[in-house]
Formats: sequence, structure tokens, C-alpha cells
Amino acid sequence: MHKTIAEHPSLADKFNKDEERVNWHDQTLWWVRAKRDKAAHTLPEWEDLRNLASQIKHNVLSNLSEYLVQFEENALKNNIQVHWAADAQEHNAIVKSILQKHGVAQIVKSKSMLTEECHLNDYLQKEGIEVIDTDLGERIVQLAQEPPSHIVLPCIHKKKEEIGELFHLHLGTPAGNADPQFLTAAARLHLREKFLTRKIAITGVNFAVAETGEFVVCTNEGNADMGAHLADVHIACMGIEKLIPERHHLGVFLRLLARSATGQPITTYSSHFKKPRQGQEMHLVLVDNGRSRQLGREDFRNSLKCIRCGACMNTCPVYRRSGGHSYHNAIAGPIGSILAPNLDMKDYADLPFASTLCGSCSNVCPVKIDIHNQLYKWRQVLVQQGYAPAAKKAAMQGMAFTFSHPAFYRMAGKTGKWFMKTTPFVVNNSFNPWYKQRDMPEPPKESFHDWYKKNRKQNE
Amino acid sequence: MNSREKILQAVKQNQPEPVSLPHIPFFTPPFTNLEQKFTKVLQSIGGEVHRVSSYAEINQILKKEFGSKTIFSSAQELAELMDTGLDYKNAHAFADLELAVVEANLAVAENSAIWVTEAMVQERALPFIAQHLALIIQPQNLVATMHEAYARIADADYGFATFIAGPSKTADIEQSLVLGAHGPKSLLVFLLDREIA
Repeated sequence: MHKTIAEHPSLADKFNKDEERVNWHDQTLWWVRAKRDKAAHTLPEWEDLRNLASQIKHNVLSNLSEYLVQFEENALKNNIQVHWAADAQEHNAIVKSILQKHGVAQIVKSKSMLTEECHLNDYLQKEGIEVIDTDLGERIVQLAQEPPSHIVLPCIHKKKEEIGELFHLHLGTPAGNADPQFLTAAARLHLREKFLTRKIAITGVNFAVAETGEFVVCTNEGNADMGAHLADVHIACMGIEKLIPERHHLGVFLRLLARSATGQPITTYSSHFKKPRQGQEMHLVLVDNGRSRQLGREDFRNSLKCIRCGACMNTCPVYRRSGGHSYHNAIAGPIGSILAPNLDMKDYADLPFASTLCGSCSNVCPVKIDIHNQLYKWRQVLVQQGYAPAAKKAAMQGMAFTFSHPAFYRMAGKTGKWFMKTTPFVVNNSFNPWYKQRDMPEPPKESFHDWYKKNRKQNE
Repeated sequence: MNSREKILQAVKQNQPEPVSLPHIPFFTPPFTNLEQKFTKVLQSIGGEVHRVSSYAEINQILKKEFGSKTIFSSAQELAELMDTGLDYKNAHAFADLELAVVEANLAVAENSAIWVTEAMVQERALPFIAQHLALIIQPQNLVATMHEAYARIADADYGFATFIAGPSKTADIEQSLVLGAHGPKSLLVFLLDREIA
């Protein structure tokens, strides 16, 4: 039952092989984080907004069953067809059944981390249904047959030359052209054809309003709208935690979302879907997939407040230097590391350890989730349940012995200093994880214990 | 038990003690000149602002920039620019549209987002599918923040509505900003003083 492989470190190792790319990844995301700071500082009430958003979400979580019923009632009145999915499998089956009902085997989809979480693309592909992701970043990783590595910036890990090569292979752009403007124009033409010919479009949902039965989708590219408005059938998929009580609460969240995500004052499009257009069919799939379970975990409940802005990833020193794919989960970074163990403790036992617990994530979170505290708490749960990596467990036991035996502690300290001084190669090698990407410190001449013994005698 | 009941029961069992909703104040914005703020923000996100005093002036600017290209307008005053050959009942026909001109009656200064409802456009796809978009807004319809915007929208009924802030854009390729991802490549906003009829 023990998980013996620490996946995140070994996946991060792969990413770290290309040091230049790591530095570039690190700096790009830090630049986005800096834009977030600038945007936040333009609002004197920023901290008040974070508090309000957190309080509204707290109210949502404490009345979620009531809000779900209210939302459903209003959505039905608006002529939206509401479906309930207990897990990923049921979500995928519901989507498939709608496609089958219409005899459609080709669809367009805008960005939705929920469908990533449910592995909808893989599922539909196996059923012989073609899914075209329409967010440019998502389309790029789809062509590369990779998952997104960031929830807001799906191909942040890719160089433009690699994207040029992908487009050359799949869209027939000239070899060697890696100009972002040119490649975006090529994607525009390629995807416009899909928007105009596909009969069913899937979108995600950023917020759903219980009071009115409407839902809001935010994009910069306009791809969700192009898909939804040109299709005969619009399927929107949302996690049950996306609800907010009243329409005017959107004012709080829309002020926070884009500023936290990319530093923009608001996304280009914040689209409110309330009723299907004349002749159109609109479906909404409400998905649990472990959310009600997380709601019952008091220590981790607050993670359900997440509005998926990605600010915690952009600021995280571990994410920036290990890449999104090292998290082997639809949602990478600090918040993903809290959400993933709820889905599967065994598979994701490594993730809460992929953090320095520096607290930067909690400081930028627009809904004030205590992210680093929750990561710390997950570690304790995982160790108690027996999911800690074997090496870590052995090291902790060794440390416990050393700290509870003073004579051994002193002897170990002396031995360590002697080795570092006389045979540095014993510690300065790749077998020592502390030596990776950093130099070992110079050993002190004497231990504090020795110094104290000497000085106390002198002063007596 | 079906999934709906199963989910609702699990949620009910696991949700914490009820917590009440906070009061949302309007906050005092750190700016007083709404028009100036709106203009500055819109320009910073790739939009273009024209201060005009009549539809004739708009007419002139559009004619100069778009000439005889395919134009759709929701404003009666700009009817002479309209392309009459388009099938306005079919959203797909707008794929060839060069410019859509839409009149809006609410915009937010803090983020330059303009509220466009279904009633203002012929087809929901219109402001997204056109190659370029022009929005007309009267300065007295500017509000400071999103809170004030939602106070105005309140319980308005619509099938679809959207806040539009700037042209369609992406920065997915190495964070290089490119205007015109799928939607309009440019956004022109006309701040039109109330006309004296």
C-alpha cells in the first residue's frame, strides 16, 4: 500500500535537464506574477475584495445544497437542460449521450479544466468523436498530444519555435516561421472553419448564479462565444462549487479574476448565458467528482473556494522551476496539490510535498485560501495514512532518533563537519539531493555546543 | 437513488454551519473623471477611443476606415453604411462581415468593459464573429466600477449579455500579445455626446 516512487521530483528532474528553459519558464511566470501585483495595487480596496470574495464563497459552501436546488430551478425556467454527474465517468457519459442524440461526431470545445479533470477528450476520442480545443494554447498542446501545463496559460512551457514546427506539421504553415502574430493568424483561420461547421460546442463555466440560473464564461480570445453562438447545441460543464448566490456578486469576482490571473483589468469577454437562443439547445452538467467529499474535510474545505485564476502557480517557486507537467494532474501548482489528493490519495501523495511552504500562494490567492497551511496539513494526513515516500519516512525516523539522543547528535554533527571539511566529495555529489542545483554550505569551525561550553567557562 | 439526490445528500451532509452573506459596498474609486479613466484603460488594452459629437462624425470616421467593406450596424443613423446583401437572420452569414457597429448603454470606467445585451445585436454571434467591432456609448452611461454596473443591471432580463473589454486577444505563444485571436481584431469605441435633436 506504500507509494514508493516520488513522482513529482523525478518528473521535475526531467524538466530541469534543460537549465536555460527552466530559467525562461521561471522568469516568464514571474513576469505574469509582477503584472498581477501591479493590477492589484491599482485598487485601494484590494484586500477588502479578497475578504469579501472569501466570505461570499464561505456562504456558498455552507448553503451549497440549497443553492444547487435554487440554481437548477431557475436554470430550468430559463429553458436550460440540467444534468447531474456524480463522477467523471458519469459526466463523460452524459456528454456522449447528448452528442449521440444529435448524431454528432465532431465538436468544438473551449477551455474547461473540469473536462480535463474528467479526461473527456480521451474518452470521446475512444468513442470515435473528434474534439477540437479552440483556446489557442489548448489547441497547441492538443496538436502536441500533451495535457495543458497551466490552467490559464496552457502552453506556457512551449517555445515559439516548437509551436511553429507543430503548425507546420498540422496546419501547413511554412517551415521555420515562429512569429506569434503569424501563427495566431493561421490558427484563427483554421479554427474559424471549425466554429462554422461544428453543430455542438462545449464550454466550461467560471461562475453560475443561483438567483438567476445563468452562468458566466470568461475568455480573452472569444472562443467560447464563437463556439456556443454558432452551434445548434451548447453544453456547459461545471463543478458544483462554481455557484455564487446573486448576480451582483459577480462584481466582486470579475474584479478579482483577471487581475489575479494575468494582470488585466478584466477578461476581454465576460459572457452571461441565461437562456438558449431561439432554436438552440442548452445543456448544463453539474459535476461532483469528489467535491462533496472535500466539502466534508474541514481542513481542506476552503480549497473549493478556488476561482481558477492561476495566481498561486505563477508565484510558486516550485511550480516555476518544475513545470506544470511534473504535477501529473489537470490542475498543477499549489492549489492542484490540495485538490488532487482528494481525488486519489495514493496517486497524488507526492504533490503536497512539492512545495517550500513559503506561503506566497496564500498571499496572492484572491479568495484567501490558506493554501500553504492546507499543503502542510495534507502531508500529515498522507503520512498518517501510510502514503509518505519510503525515503522520506526513513529520513524522518533517523532524525527523530538523532534529536532524542544528545550524545549521538553531537557525534553525528562532528562527523558531518569532518567529512565536509576533509572529503567534500562525500557530500558534494549527485546522490545527495541537497547538492542538486545548489552548493553545500561551508562547515562551521566549531559547533554552537562547543562554542557555548568554551565561552561559558570563560565568563564564569 | 439517482445522482442528483446522491450529490445533494452528500453536499448537505458535509456542508458547514451556515454563514451569512457579507454586505458589498460600492467603494470609492481612486479616480473622479470617468471618461478619462475609461479612455486610458481601453487604450492600454488595445482599444481605440473617438470622442464624437454626432452620428455624422461616426459615419465619416467609419467611411474613411472601412470604405465600402461589409458593415452591419444596429444604429439607424448609420443605415447608409449598411450592407444590404447580408442574410441577417443567419449568424453564419456574419463570417464575412468586416465591421459590426453596436450601440451600448452601459460601460465601466475601471476596466473599460462595455455591456452588450442580446437585444442590441441582431445575432449573439455578431460582436464576436465580425473582423472588427465598433461600440457606441454615451459618456453619461459610464459608471465607475463593476459594483455600480451590476447595480444598474440588477434583475434585468436577457437571454445573453456580455461585457466586452477591448479586441479579441491572445498571449498563448510565448506571452506575446496578439490582437485578433478568434473575434474582432480591433475595437473602436465612440464616446458620443448626447445629441440635441
